[in-house]
Amino acid sequence: MGVVPAPTGLTQRAGTGPAGGRVGDSAPRPDGTLKVTGEFAYSSDLWHEDMLWGHTLRSPHAHARLLGIDVSAALAVPGVRCVLTHEDLPAATHYGLEIQDQPVLARDVVRYEGEPVALVAADHPETARRAAALIEVRYEELPVVHDEATATAPDAPVLHPDRADRVLVGDLHVPHPNVVHRQPVLTGDPEAAAARAEVVVSGTYEVGMQDQAFLGPESGLAVPAEDGGVDLYIATQWLHVDHRQLAPVLGLPPEKVRLTLAGVGGAFGAREDLSMQAHACLLALRTGRPVKIVYNRHESFFGHVHRHPARLAYEHGATREGRLLYVRARIVLDGGAYASSSPAVVGNAASLALGPYEVPNAHVEALALYTNNPPCGAMRGFGAVQACFAYEAQMDRLAAALDMDPVELRQLNAVSQGSSMPTGQVIDAPAPVAELLRRVKERPLPPERPWESAGPSGERSTDIRALPGGLSNSGHGEGVVRGVGYAVGIKNVGFSEGFDDYSTARVRLEVSGGEPVATVHTAMAEVGQGGVTVHAQIARTELGVTQVVILPADTRVGSAGSTSASRQTYMTGGAVRNTCRHVRAEVLRRAAQRLGLPDAEGLRLEGGKVVTRDGEALAALADVLGEGPGGAVELELEFRHRPTQPFDRETGQGFGHVQYSFCAHRAVVDVDTELGLVRVVELAAAQDVGRAINPRAVLGQIHGGSAQGLGLAVLEEIVVGPDGRIRNPSFTDYLIPTILDTPSMPVDVLELADDHAPYGLRGVGEAPTLSSTPAVVAAIRQATGRALARVPVRPEHLIDEDPAALGPAGGPEREG
Amino acid sequence: MRVNLTVNGRPRTADDVWEGESLLFVLRERLGLPGSKNACEQGECGSCTVRLDGDLVCACLVAAGQAEGREVETVEGLAAREGGETRLGPVQQAFVDAGAVQCGFCTPGLLMAADDLLARNPHPADADIREALSGNLCRCTGYEAILDAVRLAAARTSGTA
Repeated sequence: MGVVPAPTGLTQRAGTGPAGGRVGDSAPRPDGTLKVTGEFAYSSDLWHEDMLWGHTLRSPHAHARLLGIDVSAALAVPGVRCVLTHEDLPAATHYGLEIQDQPVLARDVVRYEGEPVALVAADHPETARRAAALIEVRYEELPVVHDEATATAPDAPVLHPDRADRVLVGDLHVPHPNVVHRQPVLTGDPEAAAARAEVVVSGTYEVGMQDQAFLGPESGLAVPAEDGGVDLYIATQWLHVDHRQLAPVLGLPPEKVRLTLAGVGGAFGAREDLSMQAHACLLALRTGRPVKIVYNRHESFFGHVHRHPARLAYEHGATREGRLLYVRARIVLDGGAYASSSPAVVGNAASLALGPYEVPNAHVEALALYTNNPPCGAMRGFGAVQACFAYEAQMDRLAAALDMDPVELRQLNAVSQGSSMPTGQVIDAPAPVAELLRRVKERPLPPERPWESAGPSGERSTDIRALPGGLSNSGHGEGVVRGVGYAVGIKNVGFSEGFDDYSTARVRLEVSGGEPVATVHTAMAEVGQGGVTVHAQIARTELGVTQVVILPADTRVGSAGSTSASRQTYMTGGAVRNTCRHVRAEVLRRAAQRLGLPDAEGLRLEGGKVVTRDGEALAALADVLGEGPGGAVELELEFRHRPTQPFDRETGQGFGHVQYSFCAHRAVVDVDTELGLVRVVELAAAQDVGRAINPRAVLGQIHGGSAQGLGLAVLEEIVVGPDGRIRNPSFTDYLIPTILDTPSMPVDVLELADDHAPYGLRGVGEAPTLSSTPAVVAAIRQATGRALARVPVRPEHLIDEDPAALGPAGGPEREG
Repeated sequence: MRVNLTVNGRPRTADDVWEGESLLFVLRERLGLPGSKNACEQGECGSCTVRLDGDLVCACLVAAGQAEGREVETVEGLAAREGGETRLGPVQQAFVDAGAVQCGFCTPGLLMAADDLLARNPHPADADIREALSGNLCRCTGYEAILDAVRLAAARTSGTA
């Protein structure tokens, strides 16, 4: 068997060089050059000389009984090496992030369109595809559960009749077995407060199913090993959670399943669940050949979970002065066919349901359903996005009812450090919500009618590219109305509700060729966010060296936890800092001993030397550690954030979150009110990041998150019919923002340190995805006067003759 | 079938090509040039953008046989190789310097489109840049740093930076 030509040597070969950069610098990416030359090895680029191509046969039905599978025609195709069905599974048949309810291959029932049914390995991908099409599967279609009414009806088909997950153990906490999880939050006395309220507004809102739409498709290469195990090169967000699910499915001891991170083309939550990992490994182990699986875009829409669509009913009551007295909220999330991370999404939606506002009395209920719709799970913002769209719409509605400025109403009710969340958790770090709003509001507004300009002799000319509709030349500015909208959101950072959230870093300091070199090894999934850059910056800062080598992420080092929940700079950055500090202490101890000092008190590492507090050089690192690996100091240590608590099952009370992050947006839009076209002119943001470890990477996160929120506001939805089938699984029909859809995005970054966090930093990645959606929709509402209770806002919502259809009761019932 | 083509100035031959294969597949899987990316394989995302006889195309929409006898330029051809050293092209260097690369999957296609723009229009206005790059999807950056990178490359190549 050939040796894989070190595929990840080309993803994270990161001798970052002397250009370097420390904490607080906009250091360049160590993988930047490889990415612009085309050499960076993404998971879909891997190649092995005798590899086979795997392909997945998927269910065409959203809910059906599997009566039989005949693979003989597929096996007879020349070039086909292997066909697998559920009967061939060697060990565990199910997996899952929180609840092991997802079949590796369907056995007697399929619960969503696109569920994997059989696998083919062949010499050529087209051979595998064609062979898969020859597999005969006999189905008997079953009634489809597609919303709350059909899921919880008395005669509803129970989708997981054997479920025995933690939600159902002991007490039946959910009202129906088609409810995955339910979390109430109760604080104060909302009934009494309702009686006192002078102004009450209510509304029902809907959020469509958004797709992460990372560009690098699900893919990887599984290589069978001589010890009977398997090496998997994979694009994922968390190597160790993949590993934990894979080993039982493969029937292998954990040490025989080794994962290495291949290049990852974006993630945004869609790589938290397994996709092709188990399938490629099963085919490789069965055939004894390396197997590569690469989804195309169509398959990708079926190959990962999406953002939960939601229906949210809210009632806000306030005093005449605008003080919030109470909120009632009910949030129904569609989890689709399998649990994925639905319970945690429910916890977020419930605990963050009221937004960054002080609300003394509240009754919230959030739940997620099992349906026959596509499975939903993690996407950037994770339950907080849906709530933010609804509570910010409510704040605007309340401001209108009170005849108040919507920003002033928000500032009046904004949380600050010391405020209580509805869970009873006191915010014990800066929470500059009012200040963030002030900053976006005070920014000068962009000029009106940007398509008009004066020619050299004063005549007016029109640049249609600056109009709603742009180059489609749909108009010249007739009927275009400007609107401005604001929103602010709150997102938790890190894993919550008592989860033992930790990361691990191994750091080695040695002298090589006379130069001190730090080597950092973690299992952190670099998915584009720039964690590898930050780790090198931290090592340089803590160890006073310039040369840092970042080793490829793999399962030979302890878990880094997931690249999600805005947590990696906090957690794996924190782990790198922590290990570096212990390595430094050992180096300084050795230096003190060598120098005959009583202890290392006051000694530092700087410029490759041991120096005193005053900067006087006492010894070169080469003198303390010697040349080569013999004198190296190496440690592998775990790092944890402060513990959290589960939310009480009935009241939702508890210290559930590690940290909160806040972002505010102001959106400026031009709306062609005759054609229903929207052009977002500017999307300004202000965010507190605690400490910007890499300011340029921070801006990249805020820009990228804001753009994804814009997409949800006006473009992006996976359209699912009542038959549970996806109508638009392509980039032709599922629209993500292009550079023409995305406006100028000025950003104001605050750095108010959170003393609980490494360097005072605050997770950055998700907060901007929350508030940009409601800000854009608020701006469209201001321009059009329409209620717009559903995202994405479509042209027909803006030109429909009957605005009442989109009024306070929410959008019209969705049809097919 | 056999396909003969010139890639980044070098004559190349691909054997055993199935007639249904795209130019993208041949580049990536048969010629060892995976720099052109496979994000949608339906001509919507631009991540497989290459030049075919000087014109920008989505390599996923070009049948391998259509490339017979023609010249293809890919992202792998943008940098100069001198000895063992790689000297990045101006657009490549600007993408690195401006922070226009996050996950990087869209980057090869955007580099080809931006390089083509600057060859045609050395002093593009922002609206020109947006128009030229509108066929290339990026999911990470929100495009702000990409605009910065193209502005930077334009300024550097015209000697104003």
